[in-house]
Amino acid sequence: MSIVTRGFRGRREGADDRLPPGQYLTHDFPVLSAGPTPVVSRDEWTFTVRSEGGERRTWSWAELTALPVEEVTVDIHCVTRWSRLDTVWRGVSLDALLEDVESAADFALVHSHGGYTTNLPLEDLLDGQAWIAFEHDGDDLSPEHGGPARLLVPHLYFWKSAKWVSGIDLLVQDEPGFWEQLGYHDYGDPWREQRYQGD
Amino acid sequence: MLVERHPETAAASTLVLRVADWPGHLAGQHVDVRLTAEDGYQAVRSYSLAAPADGDQVEVTVQRTDGGEVSPFLADDLADGDAVEVRGPLGGWFVWRPETPGPVLLVAAGSGVVPLMAMVRARAGASRAPFRLVHSVRTPDDRIYGAELRRRVAEDAGLDVTWIYTRKAPDEDRRGTGRLQPEDLAAHGWPPDFEPTCYVCGPTGFVEAAAAMLLAAGHDPDRVRTERFGG
Repeated sequence: MSIVTRGFRGRREGADDRLPPGQYLTHDFPVLSAGPTPVVSRDEWTFTVRSEGGERRTWSWAELTALPVEEVTVDIHCVTRWSRLDTVWRGVSLDALLEDVESAADFALVHSHGGYTTNLPLEDLLDGQAWIAFEHDGDDLSPEHGGPARLLVPHLYFWKSAKWVSGIDLLVQDEPGFWEQLGYHDYGDPWREQRYQGD
Repeated sequence: MLVERHPETAAASTLVLRVADWPGHLAGQHVDVRLTAEDGYQAVRSYSLAAPADGDQVEVTVQRTDGGEVSPFLADDLADGDAVEVRGPLGGWFVWRPETPGPVLLVAAGSGVVPLMAMVRARAGASRAPFRLVHSVRTPDDRIYGAELRRRVAEDAGLDVTWIYTRKAPDEDRRGTGRLQPEDLAAHGWPPDFEPTCYVCGPTGFVEAAAAMLLAAGHDPDRVRTERFGG
């Protein structure tokens, strides 16, 4: 049960049924990262999928961008409570990257240049739910927002959409990532307000 | 429940809240503060804890955002005895533990000094790790915790504090005004071979710039922790 704070009215602007509980609408694009922004050039950028059996598949920048590129318009929700609606991204669907990888894994641990990790069920990366995105609102993705390329999984809180993505390990057993080890939720569904462990 | 409020600057106030069964926290952690209106409407914001816990009392410092939904209410309207909901402590990365050896560099802009002040306060009496704080403010009037920091510096050889003024500097300040520069961090921070842990907190543009300066100076990215707020 909630405690009423005497005299508080609130502003209520931006109320929208596309906003998950506890979120507010913003029109700019805040930056949240745990450390400095790594500088990764497209020349040295690679993306590697490693299956639970040790099979590795690596794409260079040229190989990634030669795959079919999709444009998607999605709402994004940060656990720090801002949401943005109708953001436009271009990138490659994870379906295209994972279709040839032989795996019986149920979980994924996503890695980034700079050491960041985040975990999620593999099925949340498939069926048109996730992309390796390299353009945002018509521009190349800037380094502070994860450029050259980041994971985009808009149906989960945005910390799952790892910036500077470098690869994905497919795992039989779930393994917590960076924020997940620090008390944040393993799954992170914004519509169920799964912010912290126990939510 | 609010038990005390005092102004820090014209735009920032410290609130002391009593939270039943507070478990304690680490310097650098934050809380979520939830306000509920009579009709059930809710708003939640995160605020850094400004000091170690005093029993079941915790402190946050709230910088008033013009036109903001929550911060002007907390900074101006919340009265002693009024209740808010507090969840926490939250965040386990942007923290400093007194048992951590080695020097610490704190770099803040504006109200980004709040979690760093929690580290300065947690260090007192608990650690001899040398601390240096570089705080970028617009004018001398914007020095949150200015008087306390000057007192701590005078009493403690292990703490240095430098203010960087972007709009208006005191007459005796020879640096003059302007945004943080690499030379400021070279003069008032630690050399990279001292291997300090660096904590950088402030608005995004400031944090991006300051963290990039630290990397360019040779600091290991693994020892630079950042916390950004605002757009």
